[in-house]
Amino acid sequence: MSKTEIWQGTLALMILKTLDTLGPLHGYGIARRIEQTSGDQLSLNYGTLYPSLLKLEQEGWIASEWGTSENNRKAKYYKLTRSGRKQLAREANEWNQTTAIVARFFEPVEGQS
Amino acid sequence: MRKLRAWLTRFKGLFLKNARERELAAEIESHLQLHIDDNIRAGMSPEEARRVAVMKLGGVDQTIEAYRDRTTIPFLESMVQDLRFTLRQLRKNPTFGITSTAMVALGISASVAIFAFVDAALIKPLPYQNPSRLLYITGTTPEIPNGALSYPDYLDMRNLNRVFDSMEVYWQTGYVLSTSTGMELVEGARVSAGFFRTLSVEPVLGRDFYTGEDQPEAPRTVIISYAAWQKRFGGAQEIIGKPITLDEESHLVVGVLPQNFHYAPIERGDFWTTLNPAWGCFKRRTCHVFRGVTRLKDGVSQDAALADVTRIAKDLESQYPDTNRNQGVTVKSLSEVIVGDVKPVLLVLLSGAGLLLLIACINVASLLLVRSETRRREWSVRRALGATRARLVRQFVIEGLVIVIVGSVAGLLSSHWAMQILKGLIPTDMLAGMPYLNDLGLNSRVLIFALAVAGFAAALFSLTPAFRLSTLDVREGLAEGARGSAGKVWARIGSKLVILELTTAMVLLVGAGLLTKSFYRLLQVPTGFETNHLITMTVAAPYSTYGEDEQAAVTLGRRLVNEVESVPGVASVALVDTLPLTFNLNTAGIRFVGRSHEEPIEVLERMVSSDYFATLHAKLLRGRTFTDSEDSSKPRVVVINQTFAKKFFPDEDPIGQRFGNPKLDPTSIVEIVGIVDDIREGQLDEELWPAFYYPFNQGPGNGFSLLVRTEQAEQSLIPTVSAAIRRVDSRLSISNETTMTQRTNNAPTVYLRRSSTWLVGGFAAVALLLGLVGLYGVIAYSVSQRTREIGVRIALGAQRSTVYRLILKEAGVLVLAGIIIGVGCAIVAATLMRKVLFGTEPLDIVTFVVVIALLAVSALLASFLPARRAASVDPITALRVE
Repeated sequence: MSKTEIWQGTLALMILKTLDTLGPLHGYGIARRIEQTSGDQLSLNYGTLYPSLLKLEQEGWIASEWGTSENNRKAKYYKLTRSGRKQLAREANEWNQTTAIVARFFEPVEGQS
Repeated sequence: MRKLRAWLTRFKGLFLKNARERELAAEIESHLQLHIDDNIRAGMSPEEARRVAVMKLGGVDQTIEAYRDRTTIPFLESMVQDLRFTLRQLRKNPTFGITSTAMVALGISASVAIFAFVDAALIKPLPYQNPSRLLYITGTTPEIPNGALSYPDYLDMRNLNRVFDSMEVYWQTGYVLSTSTGMELVEGARVSAGFFRTLSVEPVLGRDFYTGEDQPEAPRTVIISYAAWQKRFGGAQEIIGKPITLDEESHLVVGVLPQNFHYAPIERGDFWTTLNPAWGCFKRRTCHVFRGVTRLKDGVSQDAALADVTRIAKDLESQYPDTNRNQGVTVKSLSEVIVGDVKPVLLVLLSGAGLLLLIACINVASLLLVRSETRRREWSVRRALGATRARLVRQFVIEGLVIVIVGSVAGLLSSHWAMQILKGLIPTDMLAGMPYLNDLGLNSRVLIFALAVAGFAAALFSLTPAFRLSTLDVREGLAEGARGSAGKVWARIGSKLVILELTTAMVLLVGAGLLTKSFYRLLQVPTGFETNHLITMTVAAPYSTYGEDEQAAVTLGRRLVNEVESVPGVASVALVDTLPLTFNLNTAGIRFVGRSHEEPIEVLERMVSSDYFATLHAKLLRGRTFTDSEDSSKPRVVVINQTFAKKFFPDEDPIGQRFGNPKLDPTSIVEIVGIVDDIREGQLDEELWPAFYYPFNQGPGNGFSLLVRTEQAEQSLIPTVSAAIRRVDSRLSISNETTMTQRTNNAPTVYLRRSSTWLVGGFAAVALLLGLVGLYGVIAYSVSQRTREIGVRIALGAQRSTVYRLILKEAGVLVLAGIIIGVGCAIVAATLMRKVLFGTEPLDIVTFVVVIALLAVSALLASFLPARRAASVDPITALRVE
């Protein structure tokens, strides 16, 4: 996957998973976490994160409130809601299935090659 | 649900835009701060830290833009912008806005009002169950196509037919109702017991008539209308079982009819009693006073029913040749009887209103085009700056919608008012026969119609300029005044439409002019008497006292005249059986003494008291009138009118001549003692008939009209006169108290002409207005297309007057074409109208000249506005801009 191309659905899934793992987190934290988890293979414009966050919030999967960061900065914290948790399970499942199916196409086929 | 919430938040975002954006800015600010902190911790300088953070965040503007698209509904937001823009534009050019919304309002108002009438009369079902199965049945003779049935014939038909579930008859009648204040004439009918069951109408209170309640031995009962219940008995539940006195006979109230019930053939059907077959009329096959209502059996057609009853009528004819010769029978659907007369009128009106609406819409579309033309550069610029075509089209759609919505609301509001005006054109008497118009108004069907019309207008308005836009070439629009071909197409279609509109206006104006003149002429018709300062009223005396006893009736007449004459302000009083200006009916067959003629002669016969001619201020031409002492003890005398004299005594002196009944019975012989100038007995537009007048005292009746000549304002004297009459005998019933002036104004021929004059006049005025706006639109469009050309002309030295002439000539050609074609069509239309005109030639030169002048002058005014704009074109601007 090219470093810059990252589609919306995947980004949303990553955000949900991040919030699931780390609990309440601000936008900057989420962005950093995604980069780190990808082993710095993914580099995203942090700005693109905010429309996604808004979409997830409008869908009701995450909720936000203003809080204070560890080094005493005001920041908006996002956390997973109950329906967000369900959605994450659903999407993770779907993702696994999809990748499994796609992966099968690349398995060596007996008798050929 | 989730989707809905997302949309709701976004919708909210439309209004809370600023708050949300402030919050986003704060969030991004905090994001940057966190990032900078991290960077500094990683060892960067503060400047470097900030630079990297901002770079990593990406374009803040794109973020905000993307964020904004999410927080609100971009489509709606730009729509609100478009709406604001449209309103600003309309405010900038109020003439356009007002003209176009007024056009739409006018069109919608007229068509909705007329549609409401169509709905009330033709669409809304009659208040009976399954009304399409109801038939109206009456007797016919070769002379009277719409007669009535006799009771024995009805009984035979009811028993012998194979096509009706039920067959009922009624006899329309008035009653004298005894009230606490005296006697009053009320309207209603006597019906056979199953009448309401056949219509499937159930009383809201009490019960229907029982089967057999229309037999002589049954107790007398009455069912009253809802209106009578409310008005006369205060809507009290206890009315059921109470006795009321009708025609001096006690009747028990057993039921109250539903509020929406009406049976139009019986106007003001307030009191419904059962038939009483004990009376003589019920036994005679020659007494034709009954009309029938039947309900068809399932699966039987109207034609089959007609065939069946005709068969019975034929059988009866051969069975009773003496009484039933030529007695036929006819059936019609009940709804046709009720609304058949108004149907064609309403449909013509509706198509007229539809045509006006269409013209109005086309005019507004044309005005919109003119505007789109003047804003061509604006569109091109917006397009060049990246506005999508869809966005531009939407701008037009919104503009059209604003005009339609404002116009429709105004139209709907004023349609209520228009309905009242239209209803006001129908005189009260006629309205009583149209009870279905009672709940005329904006019901759901009318609103749906209005909505459909508004939708059509909206589609037309938004599509026309959008179509024009689709041919708009950005480069062309930006660069030079090159004109698209669509513009030329419109100019051609538009000018044809204007000619059509002017033609329509011309035809309607000529029609209105001719009708106005006819109406004026009608009011100029000599009546043979003075109509002002005359009170008229109908008086009915109880038959039991005055019906058989001639002497009592004569005394009553004398006492009435004396008593009323003693009222201050009354000049003289007279009695007559049929008031003048009523009809050419109530005739007698006569035969002259000493002349041989095969058939008796039909002439009008009037019973008058001795002061009749003096009270009317009629002119005595020869001989004398009657004296009060001329009663049955004196020789019988008559006064004839001039038409009588001219027709039957062209060469001899009628005074002293005698005539009698067709058999010349000696007791019937009368002598002519005087000739009066013609008093118009029939309607103003009817011809004069020969008439003779005989003295009340020589053959009185117990029902007559009272004519009271007053010295001043007659209206205020009516109560005093009524009181004087009641002083003579409290059992006298008084009705139709009015003045001769009102009677004349409400006479059928007068109100029909007045209503049609107003209607056609109204349509003509609207058509003229529309035609002028259409003309203005086309000329203005043409001016906007030719701005550059005019600029060049002026730059090359053309005078302003030349420009005026140029534009006015263009308008003049259209107006001239409209007038020429219009005159042609108007001549045809006027010729077709010949029958309804009175005292006016169809090709009345004055009317035509006035109409042409009116049309030409107003058309000149309408084209003057764009011509002035053309003449004031600044050549420099025109050349540079275009």
